Amino acid sequence: MVNTLPQVAALLPVFLLAFTGLALLLVDTISPDARSNTSMAVGAALGSLAALAASVWLVVSGTGSADTGGAITLFAEAIKVDTMALFFTAIFASVTALVVVAAHDYFHDHASPAAFYSLVVFAATGMALLAAANSLAVVFVALEMVSLPSYVLVAYLKKNRGSVEAGMKYFLVGALSSAIFLFGISLVYAATGSLLLSDVAEGIGSLDGLAGIAGLGIVMIVGGVAFKTASVPFHFWAPEAYEGAPAPVSAFLSSASKAAGFVVAFRLFTEAFPVGASLTAGIDWVLAFGVLAAVTMTLGNFAAAVQEEVKRMLAYSSIGHAGYVLIGVAALSQGGSANGAVMGAAMAHLLVYGFMNTGAFLFVAMAERWGVGRTFEDYAGLAKRAPVASTAMAVFMFSLAGLPPFAGFFSKYFLFMGAIDNGFLWLAAFGAVNSVISLYYYSRVVKALFIDDPASSSSLDAIDVRPTGLYAAVVFAAVATVLLLPGFGPVIETAEAAASALF
Amino acid sequence: MIIEALIGFTFVAALLVLLAPDEWAGRLAFALSLLPFAGSLSLWSGFDGAGNALTGGDIAYATQIEWLEVGGRTVSWFVGVDGISLPLVVLTTFLVPLAIVSAWTPIDSRQSQFYGLMLFMEANLLGVFTALDFFLWFVFWEAVLVPMYFLIGVWGGPRRKYAAIKFFVYTNAASLLMFIGFMSLTFALGGSVESFALPEITQAIADGGLGRFAGLAPETLALAAFLAMFLGFAVKVPIVPFHTWLPDAHVEAPTPVSVLLAGVLLKMGTYALLRFNFTMLPEQASALAVPIAAIAVISVIYGAMLALAQKDLKRIVAYSSVSSMGYVILGLIVFTEYGVGGATFQMVAHGLISGLMFMAVGVIYNATHTRMVGDMSGMADRMPVAVGILVAGAFGYMGLPLMAGFAGEFFIFVGSFSAPALPYAPIFTALAMFGIVIVAGYLLSAMQSTLFGPFELETDYDVGPAPFHDVAPLAVLLVAIIVLGVAPDIFFEMIRDAAVPVVEGVTVDG
Repeated sequence: MVNTLPQVAALLPVFLLAFTGLALLLVDTISPDARSNTSMAVGAALGSLAALAASVWLVVSGTGSADTGGAITLFAEAIKVDTMALFFTAIFASVTALVVVAAHDYFHDHASPAAFYSLVVFAATGMALLAAANSLAVVFVALEMVSLPSYVLVAYLKKNRGSVEAGMKYFLVGALSSAIFLFGISLVYAATGSLLLSDVAEGIGSLDGLAGIAGLGIVMIVGGVAFKTASVPFHFWAPEAYEGAPAPVSAFLSSASKAAGFVVAFRLFTEAFPVGASLTAGIDWVLAFGVLAAVTMTLGNFAAAVQEEVKRMLAYSSIGHAGYVLIGVAALSQGGSANGAVMGAAMAHLLVYGFMNTGAFLFVAMAERWGVGRTFEDYAGLAKRAPVASTAMAVFMFSLAGLPPFAGFFSKYFLFMGAIDNGFLWLAAFGAVNSVISLYYYSRVVKALFIDDPASSSSLDAIDVRPTGLYAAVVFAAVATVLLLPGFGPVIETAEAAASALF
Repeated sequence: MIIEALIGFTFVAALLVLLAPDEWAGRLAFALSLLPFAGSLSLWSGFDGAGNALTGGDIAYATQIEWLEVGGRTVSWFVGVDGISLPLVVLTTFLVPLAIVSAWTPIDSRQSQFYGLMLFMEANLLGVFTALDFFLWFVFWEAVLVPMYFLIGVWGGPRRKYAAIKFFVYTNAASLLMFIGFMSLTFALGGSVESFALPEITQAIADGGLGRFAGLAPETLALAAFLAMFLGFAVKVPIVPFHTWLPDAHVEAPTPVSVLLAGVLLKMGTYALLRFNFTMLPEQASALAVPIAAIAVISVIYGAMLALAQKDLKRIVAYSSVSSMGYVILGLIVFTEYGVGGATFQMVAHGLISGLMFMAVGVIYNATHTRMVGDMSGMADRMPVAVGILVAGAFGYMGLPLMAGFAGEFFIFVGSFSAPALPYAPIFTALAMFGIVIVAGYLLSAMQSTLFGPFELETDYDVGPAPFHDVAPLAVLLVAIIVLGVAPDIFFEMIRDAAVPVVEGVTVDG
């Protein structure tokens, strides 16, 4: 079936996203009268849904998988479409669709919302490209393509001090980490003589005294990844940016952008710096990631536990989840039998996380839209007025905590199980203990929504509108979070197959 | 397919009730909950299982469908019933409609959510008692906590927030401990099992399939796993000293929730102990027989003593549940046919009796708005029928012959008195029997001061006979208790059939 299409058709989701972004920009520029918040949102949603459908269809038809002749390389091997790339594209596209649908109501009274939609879709395009990057140059360009719209998006509410300040901080830390990442790439290039990932891997195997330079480069690349995924030590921008940014943007950054950071990590640390060759060369990045994973999840969880504002708590929780997913890289071992299993579980966790975390931030967006306030106390008793949305939020919270009846339990379980199978019992233990701690602060939200009484009888009067788009996005994310439990089989199988193909 | 239909229908019913208007959600929930009961009766009438589901017996209504694969082992939708789980399924579906009716009077806000959560919990409880795959079982097991948390936290008494959080944290921490214990077992089994099906795992352990894991020898590992699982389930049961969440949860929970908490949720703990600890790891259990029997007897005596000291009627019944669960543990650890069988029978009997007691206390509270022993007297004058049933139920608790409680305790004592697997068995049995005297003491004194004598009430409520729909469930429960007491064999036959293989797991080398 695939053979009848030109190979470049494998990039269909990327083209669809790019085309959507350009079309939105075009309409916005050429005929400003024709644009409206609704038409722009619908256009962006349709484009991202089309990209989602295309990537799911390509995964199902086996494009780039080992069964149908392996990964498809394009443009002098600069691009490589395999199951992992398509899997991540599906995550990016679904998060984008949820975010633009929700943004329609969030920006209902904004003067020029059109730019927002095109920026989100452009960032998504960058992510999809990043997932398919097979050369360090493409990785960097795609990464910047994700970052630049993101800076603007965080500062999108330009009359809001918090939003602008957050955008500024994000930009400064981001620019610094981009520089570090680029410097890392140049050192790796110096040591191995190539930018193509497969050639870099060969170069790592024969370093001839350049191991120090390559090692330094890899450490810098790890730093760049840590920034993008909001992991220690480059995590401190995340709470500020997520808190200050408009909530749909926080949802987008903490779910899609984080997943984009991880796809870089998964790609680079399997294809460019394979475990075996790196260890032989004396570059033990596995240990580095292990320490980062443990510190990141512990720090994220403990910081989340002491927050008073829900959005900030979610920001730290998202750091904690970065720590869990880092296990997918940190628990690799040379020739380990469960390498594919653990990385596949990390990918599946990112997919589940894409729904539950986006949903949680969109619930916050709904609260901001209502204007009920930001702290746990302000959320008290919301379930009385908004039972459906509150139930969805309860599903997100319990799923994020990894409680068994929800999809978050399975993805975490598979992740820890893979780590144990690969001999990293200590990482799994760290993860399990942190999961238990996380139940405390996630259940605080549920308690506030359902059990606590509202601060005053009039405090619920703020809930005077039922934003359809936000509701639809939140409810859809909740349904997906629940249905991913019975439907986890195909997800984990695809993810494991995709990850196994990398080793 | 009946089990799937049963669970699936209950989930759908929960959803329907959740969407129904508050005014008639209670009626709708009751009507819908009768169907699962009818379904469980049809399970019972067509029951063709034999032996114990875990040790290779014939599982009735078994279905196994592969769900997913993890680390080379399959997880499947695997359900079925045997002589141990079927009575508990019947108990669950029997108690839920009654609890729903008993909620009609006290629950006066957000009814559709309340009844929806009750049915949602029922569906998960049915899953717990029928699942035969560890993962499936664990999902249901944890899913029971979520509705319970809301039921206590939203509709509970003044300290409901504290009670709900305490319940949630205690039982979740316990679940994690148990989960780790069980998982280490499956890791130690290595390649000798290909699924998480409980029968396969049980048989692999029995065949000596345990290997080394995490640097522990198989024996040490099995012992550690046994302890982790025992502690995990001990919280749920609860066994002294892990019982402190129970009185708080019971006192704050609304009456219908207490009924299910005492009637069914506590049985999850003893059921899991029987399935996991005593059936899978009988050697470890019998090696620890003396300390476990000691804990059981302490639970019996200490729980009864605590009940003796209470002034709140609900607290009295709550602590006496701790005491009754002690008997169940004693029956399980002796590893005799009558001990294990009697313990399982006692789970059902106690489910009915404690359900009746909580419901009756609830009826009194609905009318008087107090549960304190000193606040009222002579209630028998005003609510003769309800009080009459309460007195009958209390006698059932004390072990009056021809009632279900007597049959359960009698079986346990018969089984434990000369149990070969338990050293000093007669002493433990005699001490546990002494608990009954204390039970009689506190129940009689509490009843005397509240129910009899001249009518007096501290609060200003007009007290008349309880409405029909409050009393009817009490009467139904009393009838069931008497039927089960007169003819225990309707359950005991099949229970014994399933208990014998468990007992044989120990006598082989004992």
